[in-house]
Amino acid sequence: MNVLVILIPVSLILGGIGLVAFLWTVRSDQYDDAQGNAARILLDDD
Amino acid sequence: MTAVCPACVAGPTPEDIAAASPGLQFSLPTIHCAACIGKIERGLATLRGVQGVRVNLSLKRLTVNGQVGVETVQAALTDLGFESYPLDAQALNTSRDDRERALLTRMAVAGFAMMNIMLLSVAVWSGATDATRDLFHLISAAIALPVIMYSGQPFFTNAWSALKVQRLNMDVPISLAILLAAGSSLYETLHGGEHAYFDAAVALTFFLLIGRYMDHRTRSAARSAAKELTALEVHQADRITDGAVQSVPVAQLAVGDTILVPCGARVPVDGVLQSQAALMDRSFLTGESAAISLESGAVLQAGEINLTAPFEMRATAVGEDTTLRQMAALVETAENGRNSYTALADKAAALYAPLVHILSFVAFLGWYVFTGDMRQSINIAIAVLIITCPCALGLAVPAVSTAAISRMFSAGFLVKHATALERLAEVTTVVFDKTGTLTRPSVAAISRLLSQDQAIAKALAQASHHPLSRAIVAALPDVQAAKISDVHEVPGQGVTATWNGLVVRLGRGAWLGADFDGLGLRVGATAPQMIEAPEALREGVLEALDDIDLPCEVVTGDTAAAADALARKIDLPVLADARPADKLGRLDALAAQGHKVLMVGDGLNDTAALASAHASIAPAAALEASRSASDIVILKESFADLPLMIRVARGASRLAHQNFTIATVYNVIAVPVAIAGYASPLIAALAMSASSITVLLNSQRIRWIK
Repeated sequence: MNVLVILIPVSLILGGIGLVAFLWTVRSDQYDDAQGNAARILLDDD
Repeated sequence: MTAVCPACVAGPTPEDIAAASPGLQFSLPTIHCAACIGKIERGLATLRGVQGVRVNLSLKRLTVNGQVGVETVQAALTDLGFESYPLDAQALNTSRDDRERALLTRMAVAGFAMMNIMLLSVAVWSGATDATRDLFHLISAAIALPVIMYSGQPFFTNAWSALKVQRLNMDVPISLAILLAAGSSLYETLHGGEHAYFDAAVALTFFLLIGRYMDHRTRSAARSAAKELTALEVHQADRITDGAVQSVPVAQLAVGDTILVPCGARVPVDGVLQSQAALMDRSFLTGESAAISLESGAVLQAGEINLTAPFEMRATAVGEDTTLRQMAALVETAENGRNSYTALADKAAALYAPLVHILSFVAFLGWYVFTGDMRQSINIAIAVLIITCPCALGLAVPAVSTAAISRMFSAGFLVKHATALERLAEVTTVVFDKTGTLTRPSVAAISRLLSQDQAIAKALAQASHHPLSRAIVAALPDVQAAKISDVHEVPGQGVTATWNGLVVRLGRGAWLGADFDGLGLRVGATAPQMIEAPEALREGVLEALDDIDLPCEVVTGDTAAAADALARKIDLPVLADARPADKLGRLDALAAQGHKVLMVGDGLNDTAALASAHASIAPAAALEASRSASDIVILKESFADLPLMIRVARGASRLAHQNFTIATVYNVIAVPVAIAGYASPLIAALAMSASSITVLLNSQRIRWIK
């Protein structure tokens, strides 16, 4: 059971990294034009 | 900021451009795919002075930065084959939507917490006991409590404001369930209890925030679209003081001011014509398709369009006293009636909220009376509150309406009013306006003219704002306009100019010296040639009428002759010579027969009818008053998708009802389990997730409605 002392903080930290990454995407306006971004990957020239 | 490719380093960064100029904004209702984005961004980048072009596909909006004129961009867009409407950037208020962002952040935090607590809960469900279980519960509490305090705020504030005025809304049972679940779980945890509902409390918050976020997105899209339409209007007027022309906001005009009305502009206030003559388009106000010729001293109403040379007028009524504003005031009173419509979600909440509270209170009393165990009775009551699963109910309507409204938006239909979709689904009769809605001026058989005459006709027509002139220009897209000089427009008659030393004229037959009365073209001394000018149906009208499964009729302010011509073409009953009050009367008569009327119209004479109808639609080119009176604005030229939109609205209402049924079925199964005391946190979590996900998936079926 001692392994829990390591595993629980690890899972929390990994989740926290995901959360911080998501908050960063919100703050840098990456959800303003979801349809446009989906379509843009089909364009060759930028 | 690092550039992805070396070429990007050379160009200015987007930040530089944004700082240089505010940018022009356009609404592009017809864009729909990657090819459109590429075509527009590449096409406009080659224009002189353009520094940056960015298309936003979700909002169907274009931003152009750089030293370039609105007309240049618009002409380029027309050449590329896209409809465009310039927007007033100031009226648009481009500040970012902070509430949407806050909701998204709260949702993310709740989602993160839910996943971590689930991880710990799985360990508890699979048999962790004693100290390990207590430790897991404590960690869960440490994550859940701050997250609930932060992410649950939207529900708590809404519930509190409802309770303050002594009313119940959907947020009251939600807040109660979240807070009680968290509170009792904390008590259980501290006393080494077996059941803690932290996962359920956080999952509830998370699922409900998804619904709240979707709801907000739909509404903010509608709000920004309404703002976009206001941005189409010009609120400036040219005042003449001591011979000098000065541009001032319409709000600053006073009675007695002399105002210059340029060609093609709307009359800003009521007044009297001071110039010799003028030709006005009153179709927006009265529905008459023919232009009206006025002489000095004639009365002008705000909203009329000057079709010919600029003229001067003296203001007699401004601000709230103009006929236009009085008409708008009439609309506002009519709108109050519509606001009394109760949305489906509110109806459900009104039923649901008291029922849930009574149910869980009865469960508490029952258990307390029979067992006398306070702690267990409270636990049962909380299990009932959680398991009745308001999350599926909170998702049932927003999930469907978000999907439906975005589907309609991609077809060029902009849903402005929150309950418009539900009301559109209920309509049983459709009433159309004629001028500007079903029909527009056009010229037929212009191709019979010699190509040289076509070139002259186009050149002359370009000089005028008369609807027929515009129709001529539109009918001759490939013709190179002839070079003409000394152009001037004779109000009420036509346009005259010099071409290769000959006098060329386009206008009324009588003015040209011909024996016909309609539109004609005369080159030099040759015989005048007649150009037929029937009213043409708007694009897609026939398809729409063919496809629609409801009784339709036309009510118009135009003359009986024009109405008959239309009636023959589309085979519908037409009521002619209808004044605004008559239109309203017809709608009331239909309503009295039990019909729910969908009104489609664009003019000021339709405004009262638009506002009082059960649901209403206006084209984007309509007057501001008409657009604000209507629930839905069609951004595209074509009406062909109208029946499809009615079907989508009906489908949405059907799916919303299905969602409520699904949620109810889950409750009917789960509530007895909870009351019997068998609802462990595991069962609560399963029931909640399963019903929410079913409801979300079911909503997506709106995409397949044909």
